[in-house]
Amino acid sequence: MSVKVLTIKEDILSANDGKARSNRESVDKHAILMVNITSSPGSGKTSLIMQTINWARGKARLAVIEGDIASSIDADKVSEQGIPAIQINTEGACHLDANMIKKALDSLDLDQTDLILIENVGNLICTAEFALGAHKQVMLLSVPEGDDKPCKYPLMFSGADVILVNKIDVLPYFDFDMSTFSRTVSGLNPAGLVFPVSAKTGEGLEQWFSWLEEALDRKSGGA
Amino acid sequence: MHELSVVESLLTVALENGEKAQATRILKIYVVVGDLSGVVDESVDFYFKFLSEKTIAAGASIIFMHKPTRLRCRACNAVFSPEGLNFHCPHCKEQQVDIIGGRELYVDRLEVE
Repeated sequence: MSVKVLTIKEDILSANDGKARSNRESVDKHAILMVNITSSPGSGKTSLIMQTINWARGKARLAVIEGDIASSIDADKVSEQGIPAIQINTEGACHLDANMIKKALDSLDLDQTDLILIENVGNLICTAEFALGAHKQVMLLSVPEGDDKPCKYPLMFSGADVILVNKIDVLPYFDFDMSTFSRTVSGLNPAGLVFPVSAKTGEGLEQWFSWLEEALDRKSGGA
Repeated sequence: MHELSVVESLLTVALENGEKAQATRILKIYVVVGDLSGVVDESVDFYFKFLSEKTIAAGASIIFMHKPTRLRCRACNAVFSPEGLNFHCPHCKEQQVDIIGGRELYVDRLEVE
């Protein structure tokens, strides 16, 4: 039998990208703002979400999609606050994908939701590759991780709308140079906003909240 | 690091295209992989062996075509590949860059019979 060459040029992740687009359409239909939060393990995503839950009370109806490799500890914490929380256990996989988000959206009451925060699996490489359909990409980096991370994870830093530098309450104990960091980020991503915060003490969080409020207003205004 | 999902999608792309062309066997799969995609060849081979069993792609070899990271300097427009984690432009020394290459991850072509 003769050998034939078939030219394909098809993106390997195109099926995921298609599902991400359909997730976007579903949330757009309900004028929901969906935000994807990524970070390394232990940077403080759950603490940030807990602070954001407190802020959102009376302002926006919040739901949380929790990606985790195996446990439901984070989703339990969110549920205790009376916030709808969907736990996705990736069973070892290093990222959430668009199909997992679709299933989570199916089990949320979208008519009763204004804002969805997705807590992605703690990982700065794989999560950058898989589109979920979120409107905004937010990444969290904590001071102990070091100011040299943008060039190690350029895709993540170049694609983020907001970069929160968490744990600034321990800045005096680390060699983290905020101005070097901000300069490196803006070199890769001139539109990306850097907010130094402490999810523990609350310092700096007002910048994050007002950014979120503005994004929500724009969403409900139909933009 | 996410080769299992990548291989599942890669296999779907290869099988759909192979079957459309009424191939009875897929012999080679040429894959373009950018250095920023975080995909490791050995892991792809490992998962592919298992996932392709009992399909027309069983036994096929995957040919990896690597693409380096390419950056364009926003200050002087020079295009360069960074050395390690140094993203400074070798010409004007600025570090204001757009990533223009290295994210590629696609099936370029198949060899079938």
